[in-house]
Amino acid sequence: MERDKLLEEMYRVVYDGEVDRAALVAEQALASGLDPLDCLKLGFMPALERVGEEFGRGEKFLPELVAAGEAMQRALAVTGPQLAAARRDLPTPGRVLLGTVEGDIHEIGKRIVGSLLMAAGFEVVDLGVDVPARTFLERTRELQPSLVGLSALLTTTMVRQREVIEVLRQAGVRVQVMVGGAPVTPSWAEEIGADGYAEDASSAVALARRLTGGPGS
Amino acid sequence: MRGSLPPRGPIRPIRPRLGLSILGADGVKSIHEAALEVLARAGVRFPSERALAILADAGCEVDRRRQVARIPPDVAMVAISRAPRHFTLGARDPADSLSLDGEHCYLSTDGCGIEVYDLQAGSPRRSTWEDVYRSALVADYLDAIAFYWGPTVSAQDVPVAIRPLRELEAAFLGTSKHVQPETIISAEVARWCVEMALAEVGGAEELRRRPIFSVMQCALDPLGQDGGSLEASLVAAEHGIPTGFMPMPMSCATAPATLAGNLVVTTVDALAPLILIQLAYPGAPVFFAAAPTVMDLVTGGYTGGSPEDYLLGGAFNEVCLHYGLPLSMGVMATGAKLPDWQAALDNTLSTIMPVLTGTAMLTGAGLLNGSKIFSFQQLIMDCEIHSVIARVSEGIRVDPEMLATELICRIGPGGNYLADPHTLRHLRAIWRPRVVDRSPYEAWDRSGRRGAFEAATDLAKTIVEQHRPRPVEPSVRREWDRILAAAARQAEAGN
Repeated sequence: MERDKLLEEMYRVVYDGEVDRAALVAEQALASGLDPLDCLKLGFMPALERVGEEFGRGEKFLPELVAAGEAMQRALAVTGPQLAAARRDLPTPGRVLLGTVEGDIHEIGKRIVGSLLMAAGFEVVDLGVDVPARTFLERTRELQPSLVGLSALLTTTMVRQREVIEVLRQAGVRVQVMVGGAPVTPSWAEEIGADGYAEDASSAVALARRLTGGPGS
Repeated sequence: MRGSLPPRGPIRPIRPRLGLSILGADGVKSIHEAALEVLARAGVRFPSERALAILADAGCEVDRRRQVARIPPDVAMVAISRAPRHFTLGARDPADSLSLDGEHCYLSTDGCGIEVYDLQAGSPRRSTWEDVYRSALVADYLDAIAFYWGPTVSAQDVPVAIRPLRELEAAFLGTSKHVQPETIISAEVARWCVEMALAEVGGAEELRRRPIFSVMQCALDPLGQDGGSLEASLVAAEHGIPTGFMPMPMSCATAPATLAGNLVVTTVDALAPLILIQLAYPGAPVFFAAAPTVMDLVTGGYTGGSPEDYLLGGAFNEVCLHYGLPLSMGVMATGAKLPDWQAALDNTLSTIMPVLTGTAMLTGAGLLNGSKIFSFQQLIMDCEIHSVIARVSEGIRVDPEMLATELICRIGPGGNYLADPHTLRHLRAIWRPRVVDRSPYEAWDRSGRRGAFEAATDLAKTIVEQHRPRPVEPSVRREWDRILAAAARQAEAGN
């Protein structure tokens, strides 16, 4: 297949959020000798950015944005090291480590935040749910993110956000921390020494930009 | 200036006579069949060894690694058939006990907010134990509130380990009505709560007859339950304490985008734990609960009110009636930040729909911002909405006395009905406002433009100042103190 058609395919598969087809398209592209960085720069990324813009204008909706983000993730995962390495070479406002704190298994809010951050160009590493403070510390040391995001849905588990921040600070790790989740309030964020609080996914993106010193800050 | 408070009246449930069908018999049957298929094919996640063992013994196919049980239709239907159709929610004051008899519809407070609009300062602040007590006190006074669900707000000044117990204590102290916490999420906490209730009612048999609290759990949609909550409910069921599980599937996120698909997930996540309880303790009182909704397409958040919510809220009771079991439906969960037009729109429509399909319990009144901020005024204004709906749902009786043909002929053309005995006989059936403003414009202007909010503020302050609930005996208080201390020690030892 000629290069333009392949790039068009890559754009389509992310723009339309065709999660199941994304890996196949990425494989085809690499098999036909396309440069991984070109795949990203000219194929997948512009599609995700456009979905992000259209979401911002109210033309696309959250599930469509999540589907586009997942299609992109699939493409990155299957073609693995090559593409992921190329991803690192692209300019990004920052790397964000996300997770739901220990004792809490609520996933969705954090995933939505992750999708929006990805569409805004951030590199997102999602640690999953029920993540102990120590894991946050270890992965922060390992991956050197510019920002860590802590999610909690319950009044009984949000106290773990404080614990994560304490563990990071005690270990002398300097990283920005943002917190969110249904019971979290600005006063709670301030009390536990978080660098920021966002009430929903869109404001989480604005906050992430501000905390990482990027555009819109 | 505030006057003296009239005495508290008896609880006023709704007895709906108007009816509404959203799904129809065919729709209900399709949802029921789809739910049975999902229970059997996909199964449900029960992250509790005890729960999985019970389900495996009953003939369910259990995947221990994934903690998923597939429930065959025959096992499901036999278990459901064992659940009692009617039972009682007891109360500290036996006169406040509620009969879930299929005839009445009971409103409760809303639950687990994290902030409160301070009654004096007017601004929102983090909620405390005192707010739990005060919200229970006001709920105790209001006749539209049949039971106290929640706690209305979280007692965030109390350590997490004993918070559910201190919240139950505050609720019992504030009201003699039935209390239904949604914070009993481990077997240990459930045991302590049972002990507190035993201390109040005086014995295990009396507690079975008059369960002064019941347990509400949240499901983990789609197709999942919380392990601690399941084990807590098993402890409660063992003591005859009613339990219910509340799925809150959110279309587009934790349920299909389509409303029928949402109802299938709702049905599965309400049925699965109910089946478990019936397998473990056949005949234990259980109820359905639900608060199905749709995701906000832009923020991904909980909307707390939309046409889809109103339809789902009305429709799910039709499914529950198919099983013959009572339902507690989430209502009045407005996303409005203030007690305003939006709050009235959401709370009226979300309440009238389940009332018109004959729902047994409605939870609940008083919270704003998607069940996050408690407002005393909103609680009172929600009770006003409740009283309007109570009247509307009575419908119109047509018989000779109501038609009044004789009277109309007697009064004849151009007369009036003002002082007629027929008018005097029937006028008290006409709805009267408690806080809705009907004053003439000039009077309203002279009063400083006081409306429903100001009237509700005055009433709330008067209730807090003057109303005293039925007291808890000092000996019971001492026993509770002992239980709370023991629970705190146990929690400390566990850490």
